[in-house]
Amino acid sequence: MPPFLYIFLGALAIVSALGVVVQRNPIHSLLALIATLMTVAILFMGEDAVVVGFLQIIVYAGAIMVLFLFVIWLLNLQVETGPTGHLALKLFGSLAAALLVTELFFILAPPRLQVKFTHEPPGYGSLASLAGKLFTDYLVAFEVTSVLLLAAVVGSVALARRLPGTDDPRAAGKIAS
Amino acid sequence: MTIELIAGAIKAILMIVAALSLSLFLLYFERKGSALIQDRIGSNRATITGLGKRMGMPNLGIINTTIADPIKMFTKEDFVPAGADKFLHALAPFMALFPVMITFVVIPFGDTISISGHRIDLEAANLNAGALYLLATIGLGVYGVALAGWSSNNRWALLGGIRATAQMISYELAMGLAIVSVIMTFGTLNLQEIVRGQGGVWFGFLPRWAIFTQPLAFILLLVAGAAESKRIPFDLPEGDSELIQGYFTEYSGGKQAVFMLTDFAEQALVAMLLTTFFLGGWQIPWLMRDGFHLPGGAFLALPALAVSLIGVAAFLVKVVALCVFLGTVRWTLPRLRYDQLMRLGWKGLVPLGLFNVLVTAFVVVATGRVQ
Repeated sequence: MPPFLYIFLGALAIVSALGVVVQRNPIHSLLALIATLMTVAILFMGEDAVVVGFLQIIVYAGAIMVLFLFVIWLLNLQVETGPTGHLALKLFGSLAAALLVTELFFILAPPRLQVKFTHEPPGYGSLASLAGKLFTDYLVAFEVTSVLLLAAVVGSVALARRLPGTDDPRAAGKIAS
Repeated sequence: MTIELIAGAIKAILMIVAALSLSLFLLYFERKGSALIQDRIGSNRATITGLGKRMGMPNLGIINTTIADPIKMFTKEDFVPAGADKFLHALAPFMALFPVMITFVVIPFGDTISISGHRIDLEAANLNAGALYLLATIGLGVYGVALAGWSSNNRWALLGGIRATAQMISYELAMGLAIVSVIMTFGTLNLQEIVRGQGGVWFGFLPRWAIFTQPLAFILLLVAGAAESKRIPFDLPEGDSELIQGYFTEYSGGKQAVFMLTDFAEQALVAMLLTTFFLGGWQIPWLMRDGFHLPGGAFLALPALAVSLIGVAAFLVKVVALCVFLGTVRWTLPRLRYDQLMRLGWKGLVPLGLFNVLVTAFVVVATGRVQ
């Protein structure tokens, strides 16, 4: 990836990430978050992590953000007008943010952060190499995670399910189907 | 290097021209084909010079549908409703169209040709992770529709947007599962390689197309693709008898035309995907790199360039035939009810898709095609 493209995409990612926080309209924040995810995905692809980049778009930008959209719609979130919260909260918030920035500065300051550029062999980020790692070195972790996700799916279905006659009759059978 | 760049630009332009022409054909078929199916006359008025009429030729409505209609749409007032989010209202049609148009670049439309020693792949972008690219871009198509519904400040539009979002998310899953089983069959994500894998014949007569090895996946992709392109019987997001025009109720003029173009382009894309994954893409049975090897030992030699061009023509014929099929389905079936749509998606297609992936995995392992 040429340096100017890297800098451009990085700047775009930071600007859109700021947009997520700065926008008052929740839908605009969501769009800014999608833009951030997309630019980070393209950065991944530019660094040969092609599969990670595409998965980021498919899973995060394409599916999870749609879920966020639904939540915003269902909660009917409106544009925030005027300042919110108490002065003490704001003070505490600024203090915490300042602490975080200081901490990040000490972690990322040049003497500690050793940037090493390594040249990976071609096909490093391809699906074949990723799948090879997942199904050999990390097989147990991979399978355990999938069982965990399956349990979460079953649990959410069980929670959302309404038995006929026990609850609001209009909801019976509709949510589960 | 330069010739590759020029060839890449030409291929990209060719693909966009093909997508737009197919959309225009689908628009024509939408008007005149529906008239044919419903025993109407359809549009038959507009002429440019009146010459054909004086010579007694029947008016086929080509000028009506392909020239007069688009000009009318793009010269109409571009109306933005009061209280709409103006920026998103203007952005939404293009957010819907863009992911569809960029998906066309990974569709292989012909075999490799060599021009003065340079091998050129007839695919605008030969990506190794082509199938992943496809799933990523198709997944992004939902935002334009959802935001169009939301930004219009209209209840019908919002309902249409919500319906579209739920429908596209649900059917994307079935679509992905169908594509996954094809990927497992051929062991590659590269669409050009998938098409290559479908060359040749079985038993001397049956083409090695994936529709014969993965018939269930073909049906899954056909149904899910029709649902993704939001056409009847899956046009609940637009549902004109319930929601006026659904998510683009509040659009007029050029922006409405962009939404219609998106629908047609999606239909063309579904036809191209079905052709690529299941109907052998540009492959013709018995046609090899040097000519036709007909059963019974007959052989017809052809130059390499002619073979490639015949492949491109075969690809187009298959795509147009599927477009006509999808259009005929659109004018035949009634619209599903919303609960039927969700039941078909989640209780019908997704379990079938998972089952198909499981069976494919067993067959792939049993036949020993795993490294």
